[in-house]
Amino acid sequence: MSTPTLAAPEQRAMDLLRFATAGSVDDGKSTLIGRLLYDTKSLFTDQLAAVEAVSAARGDEYTNLALLTDGLRAEREQGITIDVAYRYFATPRRKFIIADTPGHIQYTRNMVTGASTADLALILVDARKGLVEQSRRHAFLCSLLRVPHLVLCVNKMDLVDWSQEVYERIADEFTAFAAKLEAPDLSVIPISALKGDNIATRSENMPWYEGPSLLHHLERVHIASDRNLVDVRFPVQYVIRPQSTTVTDYRGYAGQVASGVLKPGDEVMVLPSGFTSRIAAIDTADGPVAEAFPPMSVTVRLEDEIDISRGDLICRPNNAPAVAQDIEAMVCWMDETKPLRVGGKYSLKHTTRSVRAVVRDLHYRLDVNSLHRDEEAGELKLNEIGRLRLRTTAPLLADEYRRNRTTGGFILVDEASNRTVAAGMIVEAS
Amino acid sequence: MPPAYRVSHLAALEAESIFVMREVVAELERPVLLFSGGKDSIVMLRLAEKAFAPARIPFPVMHVDTGHNFPEVLKYRDRRVAELGLQLVVASVPEAIESGLVVEPGDGMRNRIQTPVLLDAVEKYRFDALFGGARRDEEKARAKERVFSFRDEFGQWDPKNQRPELWSLYNGRHHAGESIRVFPLSNWTELDVWHYIQQERLDLPSIYYAHERQVLSRDGMLYAVNEFIQPRGAEQPFTAKVRYRTVGDASCTAAVESAADTVEKVIDEVAATRITERGATRGDDRVSEAAMEDRKREGYF
Repeated sequence: MSTPTLAAPEQRAMDLLRFATAGSVDDGKSTLIGRLLYDTKSLFTDQLAAVEAVSAARGDEYTNLALLTDGLRAEREQGITIDVAYRYFATPRRKFIIADTPGHIQYTRNMVTGASTADLALILVDARKGLVEQSRRHAFLCSLLRVPHLVLCVNKMDLVDWSQEVYERIADEFTAFAAKLEAPDLSVIPISALKGDNIATRSENMPWYEGPSLLHHLERVHIASDRNLVDVRFPVQYVIRPQSTTVTDYRGYAGQVASGVLKPGDEVMVLPSGFTSRIAAIDTADGPVAEAFPPMSVTVRLEDEIDISRGDLICRPNNAPAVAQDIEAMVCWMDETKPLRVGGKYSLKHTTRSVRAVVRDLHYRLDVNSLHRDEEAGELKLNEIGRLRLRTTAPLLADEYRRNRTTGGFILVDEASNRTVAAGMIVEAS
Repeated sequence: MPPAYRVSHLAALEAESIFVMREVVAELERPVLLFSGGKDSIVMLRLAEKAFAPARIPFPVMHVDTGHNFPEVLKYRDRRVAELGLQLVVASVPEAIESGLVVEPGDGMRNRIQTPVLLDAVEKYRFDALFGGARRDEEKARAKERVFSFRDEFGQWDPKNQRPELWSLYNGRHHAGESIRVFPLSNWTELDVWHYIQQERLDLPSIYYAHERQVLSRDGMLYAVNEFIQPRGAEQPFTAKVRYRTVGDASCTAAVESAADTVEKVIDEVAATRITERGATRGDDRVSEAAMEDRKREGYF
């Protein structure tokens, strides 16, 4: 075998964009995903052949691309999508991970899951129907989860004669709604997923549209500055202490940089103890590095011997998160077996720290369609969202979720069943 | 923003996988890494090396040995385990057939009977976390799998009742006897794996690169003629230049025609291919539309 050399530079320079798609089969979401995969040559002939065979056997009039993403037996039998499916494709500029979230069943839970890691969310509407309740709900959940980029695809433009007027009416209405949501960067693109218009290339049927095709937008949307490079937050994941005769006295704090930039020589503070030290070195298996920033996984060594363990957090003395046991948060309840109730006790996982938490107060339940706050609500059921106050057994090292998605997010776990029952976003910690 | 803060997709995937492995070691008591000598498990082992350096990998590796092996792969397995100073646990299918735990299927395909053998070893060694090299791009049931995938005391996967997985907050909690399958390569594609093999200069078993071999054509796939696969009926063995895209049980893993004898050429080939790796090489996936889902429910990887 010859000695490997570096791959073609264009492949090496690719970055990664994670996006979530929201919508139902009726909106053409599966067709759109199928089209993106097809146009980027990411759809394999044996996958396509399998889908064609199943479609034909079921008597579908056209090849049902939804079968590509509906992988489970029950989904195929019932013609529904149960769960988040992950899909992958790449262009020479970027690698993409799609979290494909279903529209109907357990909708909020799946959308929240898919959106939690997304850089961008893609919402589909049918041009004939315009905005529906579901489109507003999608937009709200994206803003709740702080997905930095939002793309509204006005689909099925072929069925409205490529009408600029129809497109503009929907775009204006959505833009006005999004403005109320502190929505992030928003783009609106008229497409026909079925015909391929404005998917990989600009449509010739809509010369009035001057923006980019969807793929062009996905390839170029600027995501690097979405990362927080200001607030140094390094949750300690694991302490590396080799039991070895060749490597002695090594004590490194392993973790993934949540935000900020760390450099050797920086003065740092360790929470919750509050002790300060300086970074002696930042190690990786490939050697020490001069800087560490998100999403690097590294091992930090400090100049002083301080007692540090998993769940502690390294930050800067003049820029620290709250050390807090009273947590105000928005919570999305995800368990169908029992509701969240005031007084309920749960295990809470936040960064690399696990504590116990009790629900002290449920301020209100939010209607995700009207955004109405029901202050009389006594519990949260599956897919319901509410604002609560929690008290934890030990402090969290927490930021507001709007400032930091890693140090601001948590999950609740039922202590008896061990199920993940809620996603939480910290509003205020004290 | 200075270009120095750029992170390539491969570096981002590596950082994510390392994070996942450290979470497991920090939160679970008895992890084990499934190591077959296949390319995905080789990449996984490299990630484990990196996650805990300069310390040694803090868990053993396990090979579910069907007895239908490619000799090159077994040799590779033993060499790598020795280099890294790892403990190797072999869960042996032939021994399980001998002891009556499983029965040799009539068609000689041992894929399905691997599962009880795996579960038996998990119980015996009380492993509570099993690292597997499965990727979501491989197969449609796997596309719905979590990174931390909960298994009950029978090792079963319940696809309709999976724990939601938010941010990078993985839930590894379980009761005694239950376990978590962990897939650090969930978000990698076949091409990512090959780019990483190239970047890390990882040595692979030679059968991953094009070589001349006696093969026969069966069900539209090329199988090596060996002690497990012999010509039947009108099948005529012939010599072809082939390589393996996946390495599994030697009785049901097919080769593909290829001239790619270096990592660069394999990358070019994988980038241009229009057939998935399992579709091209695995007889066991052809049983039905949901063959993989059914096996996974029983506890297969």
